[in-house]
Amino acid sequence: MTDDPRPMLHARGVSKFFPGAVALDDVELKLYPGEVHALLGENGAGKSTLIKCLTGVYRRDGGVITLDGADIAPHSTLDSQKLGIGTVYQEVNLLPNLTVAENLFLGRQPTRLGLLARRRMVTEAREVLADYGLDIDPAEPLTSYSVAVQQVVAIARAVEMSGKVLILDEPTASLDRDEVQLLFSVIRTLKARGLAVVFITHFLDQVFDISDRATILRNGRVVGTRLLDGVSQTDIVTLMLGRQLEARVHDRAPRTLGDLLIEVDGLAKSGMLDPASLRIHKGEVVGLAGLLGSGRTETANLIFGAVPADQGRILREGHEIRVTNPREAVAQGFALCPEDRKTDGIVGDLSVRDNIVLALQARQGWWRPIPRAKVTEIAEHYVKALDIRLASLDMPIRLLSGGNQQKALLARWLATAPDFLILDEPTRGIDVGAHAEIIALIESLREQGMALLVASSELEELVAYSTRVIVLRDRRQVSELTGDAISTSNIIHAIADEPIQEAS
Amino acid sequence: MASTTTSTFRRILPQLVILGCALMLNVLVFPDFFRIEFQNGRLFGNLIDVLNRGAPVALLSIGMTLVIATRGIDLSVGAVMAIAGATAASLVVEGHGWVTALLGALAVGAICGAWNGLLVAILRIQPIVATLVLMVAGRGIAQLITEGTILTFLNPGLIRLGAGTIMGVPTPIILWIVLGAFAAFAVRRTALGLLIESIGVNQASSRLAGINARVLLISVYLVSGLCAALAGVIVAADIKGADANNAGLWLELDAILAVVIGGNSLLGGRFSIVASLLGALIIQSVNSVILLSGMPPEFNLVIKALLILAILVIQSPKVGHAVYMLRAAGPKAFDTRPAPAARPQKEQS
Ligand SMILES: Nc1ncnc2c1ncn2[C@@H]1O[C@H](COP(=O)(O)OP(=O)(O)OP(=O)(O)O)[C@@H](O)[C@H]1O
Ligand SMILES: [Mg+2]
Repeated sequence: MTDDPRPMLHARGVSKFFPGAVALDDVELKLYPGEVHALLGENGAGKSTLIKCLTGVYRRDGGVITLDGADIAPHSTLDSQKLGIGTVYQEVNLLPNLTVAENLFLGRQPTRLGLLARRRMVTEAREVLADYGLDIDPAEPLTSYSVAVQQVVAIARAVEMSGKVLILDEPTASLDRDEVQLLFSVIRTLKARGLAVVFITHFLDQVFDISDRATILRNGRVVGTRLLDGVSQTDIVTLMLGRQLEARVHDRAPRTLGDLLIEVDGLAKSGMLDPASLRIHKGEVVGLAGLLGSGRTETANLIFGAVPADQGRILREGHEIRVTNPREAVAQGFALCPEDRKTDGIVGDLSVRDNIVLALQARQGWWRPIPRAKVTEIAEHYVKALDIRLASLDMPIRLLSGGNQQKALLARWLATAPDFLILDEPTRGIDVGAHAEIIALIESLREQGMALLVASSELEELVAYSTRVIVLRDRRQVSELTGDAISTSNIIHAIADEPIQEAS
Repeated sequence: MASTTTSTFRRILPQLVILGCALMLNVLVFPDFFRIEFQNGRLFGNLIDVLNRGAPVALLSIGMTLVIATRGIDLSVGAVMAIAGATAASLVVEGHGWVTALLGALAVGAICGAWNGLLVAILRIQPIVATLVLMVAGRGIAQLITEGTILTFLNPGLIRLGAGTIMGVPTPIILWIVLGAFAAFAVRRTALGLLIESIGVNQASSRLAGINARVLLISVYLVSGLCAALAGVIVAADIKGADANNAGLWLELDAILAVVIGGNSLLGGRFSIVASLLGALIIQSVNSVILLSGMPPEFNLVIKALLILAILVIQSPKVGHAVYMLRAAGPKAFDTRPAPAARPQKEQS
């Protein structure tokens, strides 16, 4: 298939400059019909920027793009859709106030006698989504569903739009294994139909699972294109990072538990979470495992007061404390790095610097501003410690690459020096190199005596750092694994103990 | 410190340039525009008039800037001016001193602001609707206070607030400059500015970062109410009477315009009070051009609209970008803005 003389899409010499940063430098990308092409690289390597240049979101500063032999220069997403390029951008870009069905069909709604055929639209939407294993009501507004569901809607929309090329920028970041498999079967169908698919992800297993070839970017340049049949994961990682990723041994042996710090007693909210109880000691990492919608995020949000609980109590060192909103939680030394970084995490128009000190400043109160020099010191410290790639501390945080935004949010909470840190999907969108570093960071925080509660859909990761894993199903705690019982297979087993109906 | 000074200067540069142009227009139609005289212990001159007449909108724009920074809007400020003016007038008519009248008016303004704040922050009503309530009801309330008449008064203390001078400078000028400087200083020397901008950009994120969004929201509407009350007292004092029907009429729109000319986005976020104050002065300078040119009054509003339109077009990002591209004079200019169709929509929550 790759010996097809004419690529479906061929980009040559694509360059893109931002003030203070060369995002793309003379990049070439060839996509053949019927291939799944992985686009790989570290956080900030330029993957998303390349996609945006191809699809007309950004005006490219140089280069030629041919689609099916003809030069193209799309100047908007709409334009590229008309050319047959469907795209899911990294940050889901749908209209939250519209319904699922409207989002799916926006711009090409089914009509009857020139009027919108609303009922037909809903039925069609239901059929389309069923292919992705989603059984939801398409007449509901998009916001009533989780990020994962929104992601699937975005994918379904892009698939419907793409006649020649489908581009997926980290589509699986918030999906479960099963949903990923469903997505892959859709991709395989499209591939058989002769579409070229671009797949961006930081999950190398998935890359090898679905892709035929890979182009690797580093600092805005192509460092190689490989047929995936002949190479190993290590080769790819070395290409991406420009160095070898040393294997880290997670010593799970010494488990000196500190004092009991947090005790959650029967915390619940109807319709969200059944009464949940857990105890977390200093120097302990409690993992939360479970499928989407199983109550992981809900548990985190209730403990942090992001959503007020309607029953139950929280004790800190044996004393009952009041946590009805995030402010009270922060005052108690709690911190929560939320799941959806775009809507609940970053304050997009503010600078990276301000975003990093935001929680600390909020806790200090408005009348005690952190001196500017100190702010810079804190921000610079975390930029270095977490290796956040940026052009300047003053750039709006929304201009950072996805993975770097995630790191900046982590920095925001580490800056408050919390006693109890809740992380909801801490490694979403983080590259392999940084992934290992974040796991190491979690371990070192634990060694320093911090109590952590980490919700994650990546089981290997949970296994690596958790001292205890709580498994949730259907908004309820179903089992708890400790010590040597913590293993991926045991977690999967606990999750799938009974046949489960996945609710959205 | 030096870098913040230059960045502040760069932020307000467009407004300074536009103000300069507006003042030059004044000189064109009236060459003596800049002449200032000192007579009977008071400064006189057209420039002084601009600063003096611009006081109500300048005061309103201080509060309005903060409200708009939180992605809100306060339509009620004109009506609150009327209520405050009526309150002050009725208090002195009843025989109270001017201090009582002033404090009473400010208290009423604070109550009005707090009411708006409650509707927005607690009941989560959209700001434009929430403040519309008081915009409509406010004049009725003012009429109840004045009992339907224009309530005139002679209390010299109160009148001095609008028509008097302090060391030769008309009191309203002193009031808005002092209050504006204080507000600009207060938001930047504390963390208030940062926190207000943060809730304006993304309220959900801000709340999760531990910011007390409710209290901040109520506070900005409260400040807006206070500013409106002071403006109302000045206007009433100037004409020595409270006119429930006409005091502050349409001024909410001028205040919003001042904020917009000040380059502040109606979508909230980064703001500059100084730039809004310059915006208020620009509006007053435009009013002054029309007045001094002696054009028939029928043209006033149309010409004002055209001039404002021109100012806004010059400031629009599209035009700014075109100018930038022209200056860069080559295809290799940086374009950091996504094309319109793909610009991420602001979530409305
Ligand atoms: N509009 C912009 N202005 C300035 N710099 C930008 C802008 N957009 C992106 N950048 C910079 O360009 C670089 C490439 O970003 P890009 O989003 O393409 O990375 P990425 O490979 O997708 O990373 P990730 O895996 O984290 O999503 C980053 O350093 C980013 O900070
Ligand atoms: Mg990206």
